[in-house]
Amino acid sequence: MIAQALESPHLDPRRRGRDAGHAVVQRAGALKPAPFEYVRARSLDEALAALDGDGKILAGGQSLVPLLNMRLVRPARLVDINAVPGLDAVRARPDGGLDVGALVRHTDLLTSPLVQARAPLLAAAAAHVGHRAIRNRGTVGGSLAHADPAAELPAALLALDAGVVVAGRTGHRRLPLAELFVGLLTTSLAPDEILTGIEIPEARADGWGFAELARRAGDFAIAGVAAVVRGGPDRCTRARLVAFGADDRPVRLRAAEDAIVGRAASAELAARAAAEAPRDCRPSSDVHASAEYRAHLVRVLAEDAVRDAVGRLPA
Amino acid sequence: MNEVAVRLRVNGRDVRASVAARRSLADFLRDDLGLTGTHVGCEHGVCGACTVLVDGRTVRSCLLLAAQLEGAEVTTVEGLTPAGGLSVLQAAFQECHALQCGFCTAGMLATAHELLAENPAPTRADIRDAIAGNLCMCTGYVNIVRAIELAARRLRESTAGRP
Repeated sequence: MIAQALESPHLDPRRRGRDAGHAVVQRAGALKPAPFEYVRARSLDEALAALDGDGKILAGGQSLVPLLNMRLVRPARLVDINAVPGLDAVRARPDGGLDVGALVRHTDLLTSPLVQARAPLLAAAAAHVGHRAIRNRGTVGGSLAHADPAAELPAALLALDAGVVVAGRTGHRRLPLAELFVGLLTTSLAPDEILTGIEIPEARADGWGFAELARRAGDFAIAGVAAVVRGGPDRCTRARLVAFGADDRPVRLRAAEDAIVGRAASAELAARAAAEAPRDCRPSSDVHASAEYRAHLVRVLAEDAVRDAVGRLPA
Repeated sequence: MNEVAVRLRVNGRDVRASVAARRSLADFLRDDLGLTGTHVGCEHGVCGACTVLVDGRTVRSCLLLAAQLEGAEVTTVEGLTPAGGLSVLQAAFQECHALQCGFCTAGMLATAHELLAENPAPTRADIRDAIAGNLCMCTGYVNIVRAIELAARRLRESTAGRP
């Protein structure tokens, strides 16, 4: 039970401050979210068992808690997975790729030597996520599961051809990222499933580029493009371009990719791909930018990202 | 509504509490512990006023539940302030007029503290980037940047002490 404070809420806070660490008196006010039950899961099985019915997973909470505070979501139960062991590691895969646990924080993506060596695009994208205090808590799994169409990490991971590992009561399943995102803030995850990790295939020899425009450092991008190009200067053998903030989910720019594959890396190549870039996205208008301006940005940013990507191809 | 038992350390002191599941860390600090140096602005993670340190890293205390803080070490502006005086950062803020109303200051100090702990010689651009998530409606930021530069220089020259 909450101890209803007998004191006036206007009681001199400095007096109460002296008692910090001992008696804790709670005021009933200042509770913003609608009531929920809190479950601190100690294992994946505990978390899965707690997710029945109207449960919601709490990881970094940097998108969920604002929604709770504004009562835009009212889950009956929050299942905190922060204490579930084994979900916060970045590990090298034998094939040269990376396994990234769902609870890895954005700050750790930025500073991890393994991420820098094997998926520098992911580190570059993480640098654009929110502000430092947000990056210290926000998780890569949470960013994917929240599926904000303007988010950086889903786009970077889609460009890297990553897949996700999903735990459910009957076991694990794997799916490519393209099958995870189904629409605005919507994924194909079942309500009783947990995204536990991300698998990034070998990409050390690939060139990469990342470009976005935001009004202010740390804001969501108005639009952006992540690019991964494979091959050599004489011939690009594969290209994956992803636009974000330009549709209801991160989208592959396939016409632009087709303009790259089979051709030699050059300055003209970036411009040629960029001209095709707006064909595969359907941006919308809002208070920040019109759809036309977003389409323009996708073209300009695709040129920057592709130029950087082909510039990073091995000589 | 369920209550959650938590044990944590706040500014070096052990705290045991039973908190409502939906209580934010910010409200827990202010209303339950009386640590009103932490200010609550937008309550959805945008303004940075409520920034505190958890296990040495900055967090928005409005975006954490107190129930999540089991075993954590929390440092608020009260904990950043040495007994009977000002920290190097606080003294620099005072000298440079880096605050007017003071509402953003506790969050600015936590953010600057983390910056200087990791980067003893930040450029002006580094400082501006670091505080981009902390809104100040009074100063125009110029004097805040100057104060953090001054504190960084003093800390480098003294080679001792904490921000």
